[in-house]
Amino acid sequence: MANVLIYAEIKAGKIKKSAFELASEGRKLADKMGGELGAALIGPGLEPFAPELAKFGVDTVYTLEAPELEGYNSEYFAQALAHLISETKPEIVLISHTMQGKDLAPRTAAKLGVGVMADCVSFSLDGSTLIGKRPMYAGKCFAEWTAAGSPQIATARPNVLETAETLKSGALSKVGFSVDTGRTTYVTKELNLDTSGKVDLTEAEIIVSGGRGMGGPDYGLLEEMSAIFGSRATVGASRAAVDAGWRKHSDQVGQTGKTVTPNLYIACGISGSIQHLAGMGSSKVIVAINKDPEAPIFTKADYGIVGDLFKVIPEFNKELKVILAE
Amino acid sequence: MKSLVCLKQVPDTETQIKVNADGSGIVTDGIKYVINPYDEFSVEEALRLKEKFKAGEVAILSIGPDRCMEAIRTALAMGADRGVHVCDDAVNSGDPFVMAQTLAAVASNQEYDIIFCGHRAIDDDFAETGAMLAELLKIPQITLVTKIDVSADKKTIICERDIEGGKETVESPLPCVVTSQKGLNEPRYASLPGIMKAKKKPVEKKSLSDLGISPDPKLQAKNYSMPPARQAGKRFEGMEPQDAAKTVVQALRSEAKVI
Repeated sequence: MANVLIYAEIKAGKIKKSAFELASEGRKLADKMGGELGAALIGPGLEPFAPELAKFGVDTVYTLEAPELEGYNSEYFAQALAHLISETKPEIVLISHTMQGKDLAPRTAAKLGVGVMADCVSFSLDGSTLIGKRPMYAGKCFAEWTAAGSPQIATARPNVLETAETLKSGALSKVGFSVDTGRTTYVTKELNLDTSGKVDLTEAEIIVSGGRGMGGPDYGLLEEMSAIFGSRATVGASRAAVDAGWRKHSDQVGQTGKTVTPNLYIACGISGSIQHLAGMGSSKVIVAINKDPEAPIFTKADYGIVGDLFKVIPEFNKELKVILAE
Repeated sequence: MKSLVCLKQVPDTETQIKVNADGSGIVTDGIKYVINPYDEFSVEEALRLKEKFKAGEVAILSIGPDRCMEAIRTALAMGADRGVHVCDDAVNSGDPFVMAQTLAAVASNQEYDIIFCGHRAIDDDFAETGAMLAELLKIPQITLVTKIDVSADKKTIICERDIEGGKETVESPLPCVVTSQKGLNEPRYASLPGIMKAKKKPVEKKSLSDLGISPDPKLQAKNYSMPPARQAGKRFEGMEPQDAAKTVVQALRSEAKVI
């Protein structure tokens, strides 16, 4: 019987780091409630993952396997998770606010007739009531949310909660489950995964981002900077650059794109519209390079260089190579 | 092809959000409202399906106060055929479960092949309503969709959707709920004749008692707050590019310690 249950997402044969963040947070919550922490695993070949979850404080690892659960599918995974929740009756369920989590959590909750506090960045307890603090309007403001009914389900923003190791038993519990194939669902025909190993914007430690000031689709200077930083970095773009067709939609940072929280955000030729600032304003350190001294981005930047980015960035990259080689 | 398009009216992305004095919500005075950008993609895609099949209709479903009529009229001006406006103070539009319940009640009295929702609304940022609606109607959901192809017999749909680190192509029976992602299309602007015609298109106004449901709120918010203020830091102006770049890169290492 788990008081707190986390859903541990598996990607490419590995448990995602965000699942360990959930386990660490779940452990804290379970300890405060004087209860147990469980983890749900769904899919094939789950047993080897149990020790990894035990390391982050999981008491019981529940595994749900069925032929239909080989690859992710909204309806079948939601059936499996809802089944486990009905069986184990946790008071709190935590899911990562990843692309899969966003798809799975609301469908699971609707099956159970409860709500979801989405995209929380911190949690606290008031007795047994879970309070989830979450950004709204892409981070222009925050509010504290509570959920009625049981269980209280929340999704947590990846890369925000800290991981902490606490060794627990991670005892394996196989849960009998069969998919109700009477419900219609989609089938996956084709997977097209980016094999470049490029880190996703929402998970990058460093983002080099370009806007209208880039003047065109040539992002060579920014790609070069990102490459100097290595695999922890990636290239982003403003809405203006995406709408101009210079960059892919999935590269867009801002209120109608992705909200990002890297350690370092380097804004190149981005003026800093309100919707862009909302999407990257929680970055730890912001550098702005822009020739317009009045650009709003400078009001948020820790380091602002007023100058022509085509002259500044080559020098910046040269200096970076020197410093990072030290 | 009959499409239902769920549409939410939200503050424009350039709105400066301010929290009210007692922290119970945001200051709504002076806010300019627009159609949620992801819902605009939905309207456009539904119009294209109707045009492709040369038959059917596009119905707009919206929940919210009187001002939402403006968003519905805009969608009608783009080319949608009719609207349903659930206007009832008892519906808390900040609770995705309540929104999904209400939309499901409306949808159950309509004929449709497909339901479109934006993958999220840019006000509350929940990204939940579409999936909850699909579950309540017991039909499939296909979220974060960037490409749609409906079979000639209107029985199946093939969609391309965003997944982490790539794309996935899925096939689903219809009806289903599709949630629109940026990249799906470029929404058209309303034409002047479109705006004139929109004034005469029917919009049904409904209350919860008309729908025969009572809302079942699941979530509550309090203690609204502003994000921690960010001050402008060091500024390097009128310097040689080489000197400015060198100073900042060194500061990132020795002062900010992020590289």
